[in-house]
Amino acid sequence: MNSENLILVIDDEIQIRRLLDITLSANHYSVIVAANGKEGLISAATHKPSMILLDLGLPDEDGQSILKKLREWYTLPIIVLSVRSSEEDIITALDNGAMDYLTKPFRSGELLARIRSAMRLAQNENAQNPILNFNSLSIDLTGHVVKKNDEIVKLTSTEFTMLALLAKNEGKVLTHQFILKEVWGHGYLEQTQYLRVFIAQLRKKLEDDPANPAYILTESGIGYRFASQ
Amino acid sequence: MNDPTRPDPDEILASIRKDEEREHRGKLKIFFGMCAGVGKTYSMLKAAQLEKSKGTDVVIGYIETHNRKETNDLIGDLEMIPRRSFEYKGSSLFEVDIEQIIQRKPRLVLIDELAHSNAPGSRHLKRYQDVQDILDNGIDVYTSLNVQHLESRADTVAQITGIIVRETLPDEIFESAEEIELVDLTPVELLQRFDEGKVYSPQQTREATRNFFRKGNITALREMALRIVADRVDSQLRQYMRQKRISGPWKSGLRLMAVINQSSQSINLIRWAKNLANTMGAGLVALYIEPSGKLSKIQQEKLSRNILLAKQLGAELITTSGNDYVKTVLNIARKENISHIVISKPRKPNLLATHRLNSYINRLIEHSGNIDIYVMGSNVENDDKTREYSSLLSYSSGFVQYFISGLITILTALAFYPFKAVLGYQVVSFAMLFMISMLAIFYGIGPILLSAFLCAILWNYFFIPPEFTLHISKAEDVLMLGMFFIIALLNGILTTRVRKQERLTREREERTNALYQLTRDLSHASGIEEVISVSIKAIRKSFNLESAFFLPGNNSELGEKLYAETDIVINEADRSIASWVYYHSGKAGKFTDTLPSSSYTFYALNGNKLKPGVVALLHKQAMNIDMDLFWNTFRTQVSNAIEREFLNSLALKASILNESEKLYKTLFNSISHELRIPVATIMGASDTMLNVDLDKSTFRQLSDEIFTASERLNRLIENLLNMSRLESDRIKPHADWQDVHDLAGKVLRTLKKELENFKTDVVIPDSLPLVKLDFGLMEQILHNLVLNATQYAPPKTTIRIKMYFDAGFLFMEVMDRGPGFNDLSIPFVFDKFYRADNSVPGGTGLGLSIVKGFVEALNGSVKVENRKNGGARITVKVPTITSTLEIKD
Repeated sequence: MNSENLILVIDDEIQIRRLLDITLSANHYSVIVAANGKEGLISAATHKPSMILLDLGLPDEDGQSILKKLREWYTLPIIVLSVRSSEEDIITALDNGAMDYLTKPFRSGELLARIRSAMRLAQNENAQNPILNFNSLSIDLTGHVVKKNDEIVKLTSTEFTMLALLAKNEGKVLTHQFILKEVWGHGYLEQTQYLRVFIAQLRKKLEDDPANPAYILTESGIGYRFASQ
Repeated sequence: MNDPTRPDPDEILASIRKDEEREHRGKLKIFFGMCAGVGKTYSMLKAAQLEKSKGTDVVIGYIETHNRKETNDLIGDLEMIPRRSFEYKGSSLFEVDIEQIIQRKPRLVLIDELAHSNAPGSRHLKRYQDVQDILDNGIDVYTSLNVQHLESRADTVAQITGIIVRETLPDEIFESAEEIELVDLTPVELLQRFDEGKVYSPQQTREATRNFFRKGNITALREMALRIVADRVDSQLRQYMRQKRISGPWKSGLRLMAVINQSSQSINLIRWAKNLANTMGAGLVALYIEPSGKLSKIQQEKLSRNILLAKQLGAELITTSGNDYVKTVLNIARKENISHIVISKPRKPNLLATHRLNSYINRLIEHSGNIDIYVMGSNVENDDKTREYSSLLSYSSGFVQYFISGLITILTALAFYPFKAVLGYQVVSFAMLFMISMLAIFYGIGPILLSAFLCAILWNYFFIPPEFTLHISKAEDVLMLGMFFIIALLNGILTTRVRKQERLTREREERTNALYQLTRDLSHASGIEEVISVSIKAIRKSFNLESAFFLPGNNSELGEKLYAETDIVINEADRSIASWVYYHSGKAGKFTDTLPSSSYTFYALNGNKLKPGVVALLHKQAMNIDMDLFWNTFRTQVSNAIEREFLNSLALKASILNESEKLYKTLFNSISHELRIPVATIMGASDTMLNVDLDKSTFRQLSDEIFTASERLNRLIENLLNMSRLESDRIKPHADWQDVHDLAGKVLRTLKKELENFKTDVVIPDSLPLVKLDFGLMEQILHNLVLNATQYAPPKTTIRIKMYFDAGFLFMEVMDRGPGFNDLSIPFVFDKFYRADNSVPGGTGLGLSIVKGFVEALNGSVKVENRKNGGARITVKVPTITSTLEIKD
């Protein structure tokens, strides 16, 4: 079996499992399914899939704790699925090591896009490419140069640090707290004002239409995501 | 977590620990008294004998009988552990022999005088420490203690008695006792016991009663002892209630009345009464008796200050007037069901006032029956010179009055006798008339008659010549005597009439007061049950009568519902009289011409529109005209209140029924339709896809339909969930700094598909600073508003989002070029399930009401209006703050 494209789906709802199986298989992924947390942990250990889709509401054990157990050894992307629930659950899942989240009901297209970008991010991390290219945007991580349509955009050092952080994690949701911690440090975890101001500045400098951003997307109540398309 | 009724876990633990300790330890029981001689040792021995008779192993560790015979006799066959003797300065002192007792290990040991200091050389300095040792060995101890030995009270005792108490007991020991038994005796009885030599030897008695055992001291000590025990009971009760999660307070059913006036003493009185009421768990009433004289401005001010204080302390204020202080106080007390009256002792400016004071306090006590009277001492030396008008008028007709008026008459005659030569006997008659007039102010007609008669005789005998005979020589003197007698009588009669008038006025005032109170209570009462219970109580208070109410039931037959206190017995005959009265709207029963054999009188209640029922009174005697008039007014009030409740409950029922029916219908229509359509689409489309060979484009079309239908379903579920979150009050905004540009951008992105056919225009000033708001809620508000606009506005038109900050509010406007709102429908657009007449299918009528709910959760407001050139504008206004943060990079 090609473990390169193997996705493990852990969900207690048979319809969702079936739907995901069909959708993912049709898109050339191999799929294995597990109906509860215990089965999921065993499957993950025996099949070593390249990605896991984990439902947070499992019958036998809390999804968050399964997530933590998986993260003790599993380093590849985990995308969390949940019903429309509180932002705290999602933030907790992201803190516990989920790469991304999707709320049910979701569109298949959205799911596939997330899977693709998560896979890419997992591979990129190994590649360590010093220059990141996104459509009209290019970011030189070592040279600290950002170009839009081949023209240099002047960024302050904080703006650059933040952009680099977002861009390196392309497709991944970064929580407010995470960004604040990475850019400003531990003492600034409550300073969401800083974050808003710098995001707004970055958008003004980088986006074609800052009111309708294409690169830096807002995830309501959770954080930001850098989008590549 | 902060549930105040939840018992404090620490407290429960502490109490368990205490219980455990107590399991192993012996139990301490203290026989507690106000002073020596109340019979503590006696009671203790009696209790011990009782225990012994139950088979308990009881010994005496230390008993001080003071050679009192009754006490000595009680020792009987109780085993005594010999005391241990200590040599001290050449004499032998005897103390409790702890070792012996512990070795003997009885179940219970008696050790008198817990506060005693041990002789030098003993194991412990204090006897209570010995007792602790014994308790630690699992032996129960009975002991005795006087209040003055309690450490916390020693100071007070010294203040009261002037004697410094040296042997004191820590309060902790007292509080740790398992049981406190109060041994109480009235001061009079105690002094009697002293006199009878039952406490000390005659020599000691003389010494003791001169110093310590004065009546005042004893009373003070007694009060202290009583209060300590009462407090202990109270705190035990509170502890019990806390542990069992009983929400208090437990009403003791006591009512305390403080009689106040404008004097500064009343302040202390009110405070003291309040404390007492708290300790007793009693209700507090403040009574103010209007004096017959006018108050000066300063007095008025002081009075309002006192009344304010009484109200602040939660007392119910009653104002009345009356010239007989004692009667007025007691009347009100009975009416208000008062258990304790608290009065202050007025300062004594002169001998006459002292006499009056004693007289009215004595009379108050004499006539108070089962009501307790507390007289609070006065420590205000120079109080305002308020004259005690009320006490001045405090005498009622009685033997004393006859005696005093006779005496005064004779004294007056005697006083004028030596001057008769100088003044002439006519002048003396004027003086006597004057005296009678004065008496008439205070006394009733009888004593005045006596005085007038006496005066006539005395004047005639001693003053009118010829003296010392009743014979009158001159004709004009006969005339004068006659006139004298008539004037004296008129004087007395007129004054009495004035006083009677006054009493009537007071009665009227009381009635007005009662009516006022009734109206007030009735207006506070809600629900028929409460109105009737208020009425029954008011009838009892104002008329001193028991009553029962008959109300019609659902089919307007009378008597289906009967409201009465338990001790009222209504038989079949009574019920039929009530029905009769109900249908004839009159009265019947006792003291009427109709069916007078019943023990009740029945009156119909007549409201403005309805006949709300019948009231029955348990009369003992017929009402007089005055009373009957009062009762009619009273009944009208009650009728109206009951009618009001009837109408209310009818209206409420109707509106609830109406509302729920409407809501159910709308919900049913709206939801069932909204659910069925997409489900039908999904079922139909997927079925076709399964069973029919389709070309690719048709297959796509059907898939698209399924997708749209499921989105619609999803939206409906989302709305219903939000609605239920709103209705269960589970929306708790989390404000954080937000960039409102982001807000608009996010919503437009989410609604990309819906907005495909529209132009959008976002107007937000660049300078708009960050605002502190809940992003999620704001997003949903904007989302719903924009979505709403897409449903009404024609394609290709512009939907505009405008946001700005002004004076502490963030304004968010969503404008479209749709048909706008029908002016008539504007007040209803935020109602649940309200759908505009021109609305497009696909909505639930929940979108805007959710907007309203969310906006209100943010303490904001929302309004709708039509734009000048067509279309609708919805403006959301939420309070917020803006960021002043300056970020330098």
